[in-house]
Amino acid sequence: MCLGIPGQIVEITNVAQQLAIVEVGGVRRQVNIACIIDEAHPVETCVGDWVLVHVGFAMSRLDADEAAETLRLLEALTPIHEEMTVAVGVEAMLPHPFNAKPTAKLAR
Amino acid sequence: MKYVDEFRDPQKVQGILREIQRLSAQLPVTSDRPLKIMEVCGGHTHAIFKYGIETLLPPSIELIHGPGCPVCIMPKGRLDDAITLAQQPEVIFATFGDAMRVPGAQQNLLQAKAKGADIRMVYSPLDALDIARTHRDRQVVFFAIGFETTAPSTALTVLQAEAEEIQNFSLFCNHVLVVPALEALLSNPDLQLDGFIGPGHVSMAIGTEPYQVITQQYHKPIVVSGFEPLDLLQSIGMLLQQLVEGRCEVENQYARFVQRQGNAVALDAMNRVFQVRDQFEWRGLGKIPHSGLQMRPEYAAFDAEVKFTLPHRRVADHKACACGEILKGVKKPWECKVFGTGCTPENPLGACMVSSEGACAAYYKYGRVSPAATAAPDRNLSYSR
Amino acid sequence: MDVSFASSSSPSNVSPSRRQLRDKEITLAHGSGGKAMRDLIQTVFVEQFSNPALNCLEDQARFELSEFLDLGDRLAFTTDSYVIDPLFFPGGDIGALAINGTVNDLAVSGATPLYLTCSAILEEGLPIEVLQRVVYSMQQAAIAAGVKVVTGDTKVVPRGAVDKLFINTTGIGIIRPQVSPSAQQLQPGDVVLVNGTLGDHGATILLARGELALTTSIQSDCQPLNGLVDQILAVCPQVRAMRDATRGGLATVLNEFATSSQRGIRIHETEIPVQEEVKGVCELLGLDPLYLANEGKLVVVVPPSQAEEVLAAMRSHPAGEHSRIIGEVIATPTEIVLLKTAFGTERVVDMLVGDQLPRIC
Repeated sequence: MCLGIPGQIVEITNVAQQLAIVEVGGVRRQVNIACIIDEAHPVETCVGDWVLVHVGFAMSRLDADEAAETLRLLEALTPIHEEMTVAVGVEAMLPHPFNAKPTAKLAR
Repeated sequence: MKYVDEFRDPQKVQGILREIQRLSAQLPVTSDRPLKIMEVCGGHTHAIFKYGIETLLPPSIELIHGPGCPVCIMPKGRLDDAITLAQQPEVIFATFGDAMRVPGAQQNLLQAKAKGADIRMVYSPLDALDIARTHRDRQVVFFAIGFETTAPSTALTVLQAEAEEIQNFSLFCNHVLVVPALEALLSNPDLQLDGFIGPGHVSMAIGTEPYQVITQQYHKPIVVSGFEPLDLLQSIGMLLQQLVEGRCEVENQYARFVQRQGNAVALDAMNRVFQVRDQFEWRGLGKIPHSGLQMRPEYAAFDAEVKFTLPHRRVADHKACACGEILKGVKKPWECKVFGTGCTPENPLGACMVSSEGACAAYYKYGRVSPAATAAPDRNLSYSR
Repeated sequence: MDVSFASSSSPSNVSPSRRQLRDKEITLAHGSGGKAMRDLIQTVFVEQFSNPALNCLEDQARFELSEFLDLGDRLAFTTDSYVIDPLFFPGGDIGALAINGTVNDLAVSGATPLYLTCSAILEEGLPIEVLQRVVYSMQQAAIAAGVKVVTGDTKVVPRGAVDKLFINTTGIGIIRPQVSPSAQQLQPGDVVLVNGTLGDHGATILLARGELALTTSIQSDCQPLNGLVDQILAVCPQVRAMRDATRGGLATVLNEFATSSQRGIRIHETEIPVQEEVKGVCELLGLDPLYLANEGKLVVVVPPSQAEEVLAAMRSHPAGEHSRIIGEVIATPTEIVLLKTAFGTERVVDMLVGDQLPRIC
C-alpha cells in the first residue's frame, strides 16, 4: 500500500490510454499516468517529469521546489563544523580502508 | 537514485537529531513516561525498522506501530473468500505478493497455488487486466487490497476495463480507509497517544484535509510524512515543534509529492467506481463503520462478490492473540505471550506477524537487539534460533 | 528457436548438429532402455561430453586413486539438483547452473573439482533441440571450469510429471592438504569478503518469468569459482571459511556462519556491492538484495592479517574483479548478523522465511 518510488518518465507509449515508460535506477516499466495529466500538463509534455510510482501508476508529479525546500530545511540544521556529537553516537561512514583502493568500474 | 538518496543522507542525521533532542527536552516527558507517536502506514513501520529510526531517538520518545498494514488487518474469512475464488476452475486469481502468505482458516494463497489453483502474482492491477485481455476464455479476478494509496489504481483499471468492454475481469474489493481507522483507534479510552505520523502515499490521493477531524475533534497533531529516514525524522521534529508551541494542526512534511487538495483524477476515479461500506471488519480491531470500500452497483459486472458466490465466513482469531492491543499501542510485541514462540513469521497467529509491515513481524525480523526490547523488564525473549 | 553452436574439430566440443536424431521431441520411448534411448544418450550426451571415462559407456566411471592422491588428501563429494524455470535466462541457463553450482560447492571446500555426473529427468514432449542446447551449455561450462562429466542417467516421465527438465549433478574433487575451511573456525576480528555484486541472479530469474513487466539489462552471474578459490588459497591456505551465496543470498550464508561459529557478524551496507539496476528492481518491488540468489559469488572469511592480501588476490582474477571487504566477525551478539546501514544505524539481518515475494505495501 505504501511502496512508492520516484522515477522519471522517459517515453510516452500510448497517448489515448495515457501510458508511459518510467525509469527507476535504470529499470524501465510501463505505467499509467492518468493521475498526473491535467490541462496544464497534457500527456505529450510529461516526458522528463519525475513522478511517484506505485503499482504501475504515476500517482503524483514531483514538486522540485518543495523537494529542494525540504532538503534546505534539513541542511540548515546541520552546521558545517561539527564540534559536538549527539549522545546517540552515529559514527561517520567511512569506506573500509582496503576497499578505497581503485577498482574496475562496475559493468552494466 | 535521485530524490531518494538525498533523503537518506547520513550527513544530515546529526542536525535533525539534535533538533529532536532540543525540542523533547522542552516537553514534560521522560523514558518512564515517554512521548507516544503513532505511525499508521505499514510502509512507515517498515522504514522505521529498516533504518533503525527508533535507535536514534531519545528514550523519551516512543514510536507506536499502528494498524497501517492492509494485509495484516484482513480477517481470515476474507482470505478464505479469496481462496474460494482462486479455486474456481475458470478463474485466474491475480494478487500482489503481499497477500500470498496471509493465512486463512486452513491455508494461504501460496498453499492453494501449490494445490493447483491458478494464482498469479502481479505488480499492478493493469497487469491483471492484461491477463484478462489475453485469456478471454477465463475469468480474471484481481485481489484488490490496500488503502487509498492503491484504491485509485484499482478504480482506474476498472474504468479502463469498462472503456474496452472487457467482460472477464472483476475485483475482489478489500480496500480500506485510513481516517475511519484512526477515529476508531482514537475513540478507545485505553489509547494514549500524543501525535501521529500521517501516511504519505495515502495523502497523495486524498490530500491533507481529511485529517482535520483528528486535530479538531480528537486534538492530536498529525504530520504527513515521506518514507525516507530523513523524512521520518523531520516529521517527528515537526510534531515535537507543534507540541512545544501548543499547536494542534495537520502539517505536510511530504510536500514534494503531497498536495493539500489531493489528486483530482485519483479521487474522481475512486468516487465513480467505489462506495463506502457501512462497516468492515479489521482483524484485531473488530468492525469499524464506514472503513471499507465496495464496488458501486453500476459496476456490478466488475464485482467478484456479485459474480461469484462466496462463503463469507467469520473466522475468529487465536485466543492468545494480543494483536488488538498491539495495534492500539497498548502492548509491545514482546509483551505478547506467544510472540516468538507460538507466533512466528513462519507460523503467524495474528495480524501483526503476518506481513513484514506488522509490528510483530518487523520487530522479530529487525529489532531483536534494539535497546527498547533488551531494556524492557518482562520481555519475552524465550525464542532463539 | 534460434540454436547456434560454435563448431570445432575437438571431439570434446562437438556441435550437436553432427548427428541428428529423427525425433524432434522426447517421448516415453527415449526412457525405455531400447534403441531410442541409446541413440538419444549417444547423440545428445556422449558426443557432447566426450571423454575417456564416459566414452567407455560402462555403468560407472572408474579412476586410479593415485590420480587423486597427487592432488590432495581428502575427497570432497557433493550433489545438487536443478529445476529452474525458465530454462534459459539472460546470462545463463539450467545447464550452466548445473555444472557451475556443483563445481562451486566443491571449490569452496578447498577442493580441486574433477568429475561430475549428469542425471536428467525429461518431460515427455520436451523438444530435443532444447535438450541439446542445454547439454551444449553444460559442456561449455565444464570446459571453462576444467571438469568432466563422466557418467550419467536419463529418465523420461509422462507429460506433467516434471516441468520440462530437471538435472542433478553430483561431483567429486580432491581437497588440498592443509586446507580446511569451516564456518566453526570464525574468530572475532576476522574479515568478511565477497567477490562482486550481489543479487544479480535472483533479480534476473524474478524478471525472466515476465510477470512483473520490468525491462532491465541485468544478467545472471552464473560462473565457476574454482579459479578464484585457487587464487585465494595461494595467498591464504588457512582461510577460515568459504561458502557460495546461492539461494537465500548473502544474508543466509552469513546467518549460517554466525550460527555454526556461535559468533556474530557485522556487515556495512556502504561496502556491499549491488548493481544500480538491481537496486532499482529492489526499490520497485520492495525486495532486499541481501536475500537475492547468486550463482557466481562466494563469501570468504580470513584472518585480519591476511585481508588485504586476499582482497588483492581476488581482484586479480576475472571472477573477483569487484571484490570487497564487507564486514567482520564479532564476539557478541552471538548467532546474529548485524547490518550497519548507510544511514548510520544498526539492525539485525535475519534468516528468510520462504522466498522473498515482491510487495506493494
